[in-house]
Amino acid sequence: MPGPGDLREGPIVIVGASLAGLRAAEALRERGFTGSLAVVGDEPHPPYDRPPLSKQVLLGMSAADTTGLPMRRDPDADWRLGVRATGLDPVGRQVLLADGESLPYDRLLIATGTRARPWPRPEQAALDGVFTLRTRDDAGCLAERLAAGPRRVLVIGAGFTGSEIASACRERGIEVTVAERGTAPLVGALGGTLARFAAGLQRAHGVDLRCGVTVTALCGNDGGRFTGADLSDGSHIDADVCVIAMGAVRNVEWLADSGLAAGPHGVACDAGCRAFDMYGIVTDDVFVAGDVSRFPHPLFDYQMLSLEHWGNAVAQAEVAAHNMISSGPPRRPHLAVPVFWSSQFGVNIKSVGVPTYSDQVVIAQGSLSERRLVAVYGYRGRITAAVTVNMAKWLEYYQGLIEAAAPFPPAPGAADGHPLVTEFALPSDVPDPRGLSHGPTVALTGHLPDRRLTVVRAAG
Amino acid sequence: MAVDTLLERITDYANRPDPYPLYAELREAGVARQTDGSYLVGGYYDIVALFHNPRLSSDRRNRAGTYSGLPADEEEPRPFIRLDDPEHRRLRSLATRPFGPPHSPGRIDAMRDEITRITDELIESLQGRTRVDVVDDFAYPLPVSVICRLLGVPREDEPTFREWSNAIIDSGDIRPGEDLGTSQRAGNQARAQMGRYLVDLAEQRRGRPGDDMLSAFVNDPDPSGGLTREELAATAVLLLVAGHETTVNLITNGVLTLLRHPDQLARLRHEPDLLPGAVEELLRYEPPVHLLERIPLTHVDVAGTTIPKGVPVLLVLASGNRDPKRFRDPDRFDPTRRDNQHLGFGSGIHICYGAPLARVEAQIALVALLPHLTTATLVEDPPPYRNSAVLRGPRHLPIELAPSPQTR
Repeated sequence: MPGPGDLREGPIVIVGASLAGLRAAEALRERGFTGSLAVVGDEPHPPYDRPPLSKQVLLGMSAADTTGLPMRRDPDADWRLGVRATGLDPVGRQVLLADGESLPYDRLLIATGTRARPWPRPEQAALDGVFTLRTRDDAGCLAERLAAGPRRVLVIGAGFTGSEIASACRERGIEVTVAERGTAPLVGALGGTLARFAAGLQRAHGVDLRCGVTVTALCGNDGGRFTGADLSDGSHIDADVCVIAMGAVRNVEWLADSGLAAGPHGVACDAGCRAFDMYGIVTDDVFVAGDVSRFPHPLFDYQMLSLEHWGNAVAQAEVAAHNMISSGPPRRPHLAVPVFWSSQFGVNIKSVGVPTYSDQVVIAQGSLSERRLVAVYGYRGRITAAVTVNMAKWLEYYQGLIEAAAPFPPAPGAADGHPLVTEFALPSDVPDPRGLSHGPTVALTGHLPDRRLTVVRAAG
Repeated sequence: MAVDTLLERITDYANRPDPYPLYAELREAGVARQTDGSYLVGGYYDIVALFHNPRLSSDRRNRAGTYSGLPADEEEPRPFIRLDDPEHRRLRSLATRPFGPPHSPGRIDAMRDEITRITDELIESLQGRTRVDVVDDFAYPLPVSVICRLLGVPREDEPTFREWSNAIIDSGDIRPGEDLGTSQRAGNQARAQMGRYLVDLAEQRRGRPGDDMLSAFVNDPDPSGGLTREELAATAVLLLVAGHETTVNLITNGVLTLLRHPDQLARLRHEPDLLPGAVEELLRYEPPVHLLERIPLTHVDVAGTTIPKGVPVLLVLASGNRDPKRFRDPDRFDPTRRDNQHLGFGSGIHICYGAPLARVEAQIALVALLPHLTTATLVEDPPPYRNSAVLRGPRHLPIELAPSPQTR
C-alpha cells in the first residue's frame, strides 16, 4: 500500500466527465494532488449541468449548449472526451478505452453515472419523433421539436423527468398525454399519498394523465415518423412526439469482467466510496461516486442506497476525492442526507431524506389545497424524510429532525396558522419498485420498509 | 439555569462600541436566561436551527401575558416582518411582485446606474473638504435617496419622515427593565403617521403609475386584490424604514472596519473584484442587525435548555457570526473568506427582503469611497454609537481626509 506521501502523486484516472467526475477532479487538486490526472467521458462535450435540460432548455429559455458546468478551478487534467471506457483490468491497473488505448492508474474513480432507459423495441425507438432525455444533445433535439409546435406529445413515465417534460409542454401550450404504469406521477419517489397530489396538479394544468397503463407499441407511418401509441387498456393516442422517460440504467457494463460488485443497481462501495469486489472485499484503489454508486447509509439502516441526485454527486465526489489522497483515520465517510428538488407545474418540490424509506406520512405544515405544504415521512416512529411543496425554506428544520432520528409524527404547533393534523398520519403507500416502469429516484437494497423482510430483486 | 444579566450588559450603551466579548460569554453559556425572563441564544447552529423551526413565531401577539407589552389592538397594522404564515407569505409575496423575481427580476439591477449617480453626487459634495462625517455626509443620505427613488417618495420630504423613522426604530429597540409603553406608543403613532403619508402618496398614483414601487402597489392587477389600505401602509412603512436604517449601518460599519484594517483597505483598492466578498464579510463581522426576537408557540428545546411557550427568545445574530464552531478565526476581518454563510440577513422565511438592494448599495458605496479612504484617518475610535442595541452602528463617524482626495 502506498504511503501518505505517494497518494498526492498519480496517476489517477476518473471515468465519467459529468458533475461527479468534474467535482472530484477539482477536489483532488484543491486538496493538493499533484500527479497526472485523466478524465474519460463518452460524450464529446465538456462537463455540463443536467437539471436545466428538462426545464429551461425545453421551455426555450436557454439553449442546450449553454448549461456547461462552471469550473471552480482548472483541474489540469488530460480530458479524454468522446471516448468510452470499455473495460477495467484491476490487477494491471488499467482502464481500457474504445479507441484501443489503455490508461494506467494508481487510483481510479468510477463516475460513469446513468443513461436513459431505452424503449425496449429498437425498431420502434428508431421512429422519427421518439426521444429520450438524458444528455445535452437529447435536450437540444427535443427542444427543437417542441418549438416546432407538435399537436400532442406523449410522455411515457411520470417520474421527475417525465413530469417536468409534461410541465414544459403545458407551459408552451402543447397538448400532452402522460402514460404511467404506477398509480400516480412521482409515486416511486414520493409514495402514493403525495403522488395523488401530483396527479391533481397535472390534471389541473391540462395534462391528459393515464395511470395504471403501459404503452404496448409505438406506431409510425410509412415514412418512419412516430404517429402515436397503443396502450394496455386498449386505447390509442395520436401524437407527433414521444418521450421515453422510464428512468435510468446505470452505466456498469464496462465493468462486467472487472471482478467488482457492479450490477443493475450500480457499483457497491463502502461509506468511504471505496468499491467492493464481487466477494464483498473492499478495494483500496478503486473509488465510486455519483449516480452509478450504491453505498450504505446509517440513517437508513445501512441499506445500500442508490441516488440520482445532483447534491449527492457533488458531496460524494468530494468525499471520494478526499479519500483517494488520504489513508487511514483521516479518511471521511459520505453521510450526506439525500436532498433533491424539482420544479414543475408552477410548484417547487424539494425533498430531504428518503421518502420511500417510510411507512407513514403527515402534512405537518400548509395544506394540499393551498399547494403549499410540508409532508413529513416516518418509519417505525422516527422521521426519515420530508418533502416541501413551495415551502422549501422550512426544509432545513426537518433535515435536523431526520439527522436526530426525531420521533414521528412531529410535535404539533407550527407557526403557519394551520392546526396540525399529525394525529392523522396516513400510510405513505410506498410502492414496490418492481411495479414501476421507471425506477424510483432512490433505490434501497434489501427490503421495502413497509414490507419488512420482503427481499427486492433487481429487475431484469 | 442561573439567571443572567448579559442582556442588560449587551444593551448597556457603554458596551455599544464592542459587544463582542459579551457575545463570546453568551456562546460559552449556549442559552442564557435573562433577568427579564427572556432567553438569549448566541451559537451559530442553534440560531440557524431556530430560524428554521416552524414552532417559533415572529408575531409578538404570541408572547405570554407577562411579556406582552402593549395590548394587541394598539399594534395594528403589522408589517409582514412581524407576522407568521400564511399572512406573512401573502403580504411578502405582494411586496415582492414589484421588487424581485419572478415578476420583477431586473428591478435592482436596473437601479445600479441610479445608485452610482447618487453616490457620485455625494462624493462630489465632499470635494475639497478635509473633515467629513461619514454618517451624515454619505452613509445616511445615500440609502435614503435610493429608497425614496425606489418607493417613489419625494427626497425633500426626508426631514419629515426622519422623525417618524427614529421613533419607529426606537420602539423596536430592546431595553430590559425599562417600561417600553412610552416608546412603543410613540412608535405606533409614528407608524400610523408615516403610513398615512405613504398611502396618500400612493393614492396619487392610482391610475397614473410611475416606475416606482408605491405606483406598482396601487396599480397591481393581482386577482387576489392586492394590498388593502392598511396593509399598504404597514408594508410601505416597513420598506421605507428598513430600506435605509440598516444600510446606513452597513456602509458606516464598513468604513470603520476598513479604516481599522488599512492592509485590507489597500488590498481592496487594488483588487476591487474582492468587494462583493468584502461586503459579505462585513455582514458577518459587523452586521447592522444584532438581535432578532422570536416567540415559541410550544416548549422548544435549545442546546439542552427548554424555553417555555410564549417566552421571548432573542437570537443574537452578531454572536452567531463570530462563532468559532462555524467560522475559522471568527474575530478576524477577512474579505477573502470563503464559506461565509453569515447571519447578516437572517435566515429562513423572513430572510432579509432587501438583501439584494443592500448588497448593491454597499458595493457601489465602498467602491466609490475606497480611493478617499486610503489617506483618511479616524478622528475618534471608537466613534459615538447610535442608541440602539438591535440596529447597531455609529451615529457619527468623523474622519480626516487628505487635502486633495482625488490624487491617486
